[in-house]
Amino acid sequence: MARVDDVSGIRRILLQSRTIAVIGLSGNWYRPSFFAAKYMQDHGYRIVPVNPGYEEVLGQKCYPTLRDIPHQVDIVDCFRKSEDIPPIARDAVAIGAKVLWMQLGIRNDLAAKIALDAGLDVVMNRCVKIEHARILGGLNWAGVNTGIVSARRPG
Amino acid sequence: MADHEFGFDTLCLHAGHIPDAATGARALPIYQTTSFVFDSADHAASLFNLQTFGNVYSRISNPTVAALEERVAALEGGRAGLAAATGMAAQMLALLTLAQNGDHIVAARTLYGGTYSQFAVTFAQFGIATTFVDADDPETFRRAIQPNTKCIYAETIGNPQLNVLDIAAVAAIAHEAGVPLVIDNTLASPWLCRPIEHGADIVIHSVTKYLGGHGTTMGGILVESGKFDWGNGKFPQMTTPSRGYHGVIFHETFGDFGFTMKARMETMRTLGPTLSPLSAFLLLQGIETLHLRMPRHCESALAVAQHLSQHPAVAWVNYPGLAQSETRKLAERYLPRGAGGILTFGLKAGAHGGAAAGERFIEAAKMMSHLANVGDAKTLVIHPASTTHRQLDDAEQRAAGVLPEMIRLSVGLETLDDILWDIDQALARAQA
Repeated sequence: MARVDDVSGIRRILLQSRTIAVIGLSGNWYRPSFFAAKYMQDHGYRIVPVNPGYEEVLGQKCYPTLRDIPHQVDIVDCFRKSEDIPPIARDAVAIGAKVLWMQLGIRNDLAAKIALDAGLDVVMNRCVKIEHARILGGLNWAGVNTGIVSARRPG
Repeated sequence: MADHEFGFDTLCLHAGHIPDAATGARALPIYQTTSFVFDSADHAASLFNLQTFGNVYSRISNPTVAALEERVAALEGGRAGLAAATGMAAQMLALLTLAQNGDHIVAARTLYGGTYSQFAVTFAQFGIATTFVDADDPETFRRAIQPNTKCIYAETIGNPQLNVLDIAAVAAIAHEAGVPLVIDNTLASPWLCRPIEHGADIVIHSVTKYLGGHGTTMGGILVESGKFDWGNGKFPQMTTPSRGYHGVIFHETFGDFGFTMKARMETMRTLGPTLSPLSAFLLLQGIETLHLRMPRHCESALAVAQHLSQHPAVAWVNYPGLAQSETRKLAERYLPRGAGGILTFGLKAGAHGGAAAGERFIEAAKMMSHLANVGDAKTLVIHPASTTHRQLDDAEQRAAGVLPEMIRLSVGLETLDDILWDIDQALARAQA
């Protein structure tokens, strides 16, 4: 359980996780949170929307808070301002999530400490969609510098 | 644990290509296809909405071309790249993504002639104005900036003047004005200079030259640093919903590669100067030896420059690596591994005048190839006054840095003694 910022660590998280609760998921198709969640859903993950403003997003029941989710969650993916993350970290610990993931531009060391102390992995300032595409394939098709050098097939 | 950082030489060979997922092929497959099947109607919709990464049509993206894009982006230390049919096309894509009718560019006066014409003639027809300034004085860029200026444009090494730009000083001026610095790094190549490390925001290459390196294939690329703040208020096209994509906001959705995505999904998609997959493959073959070729180009060019400096038939030699070069200090700072493979020199007038001597020199060359290109593995020679700049009158030629007696050499990878032998015998016949 650690701060994870390297390719092998992020690959392990993405391969071991199946369910992603997306805090602040928008129902507008052109918003970044919708892009990311749709992408992960298309790649086989179960998306659990968390947003008091919706009943349903991406065909999935939407919950007002993390604590309302009645089943196991692997990754808690945060599309919220950095200063709003600590209470989400406490909720993530309370529901037994395995990873606290803060999206691009989001960092909060207090939230990270709360999660790390409870044994969660923590990812900060990275997009779950971009990391999936970077490490497991797809981002390279957009001409993006993935930083991946390998003599093995992707996956 | 931090990821291992691979060196430049390794990136020349590996960046952008891991073994093929389907076949395990170690060399880069050439995906010679116009189009790619959709898995389902929903997959197709996701692709057209930009919600998933993938290939639709090779005008927009192609896996072989993408390997080239990622490799050059990695070599430049950039975030993302977009390849194009030629360097001129890549530059057009970059600038038409930045500027539109009513906008303005500040550019160095000492630019490659094709670039000068693209700005002064073609972009002027689009309603984009350019002010050309003295690249050797960074303050002239500042003075030319207007409220509608969208970028500063210059070359690492000017062509054909071979003046080295003070990239950091010009970058600071651009950033104070809230606009990106766009640098054509063609003549240096990323082995000699990585402009992004000095503050450039977008780097352009004619991949045709040193990157490809073998004179076989045309290609161009733009590379985005990922560091420019497109949300500073000067680039509404990056921060307001796109008409071309039902409201996608490129800066918000794609973050630090939003500019490249916009250039690809709007400018490239609608104008279409695409690089072919076969060309991308050939150019990548060249890049695999960039780190081996560039030192040799530089060593031989320096030796040729020193040889010419001592030759009685030669009036002057211009090479940024020579001790007496006006641009030597900037060359030491920005090109510490070598001053490139290109030099110019002037013949003494002799009996027939400098221009005639220049033409006679070219006519006498036996191994050096007389053609209009640079950055080939072979040594190339041209007399600009009678070829590339022939349409200009004497005064215009001088303003462009072209003197009647000027010869431009692009020093290749042949045996150095053979290059010097050909130069010496051609000099003797030029003066005869």
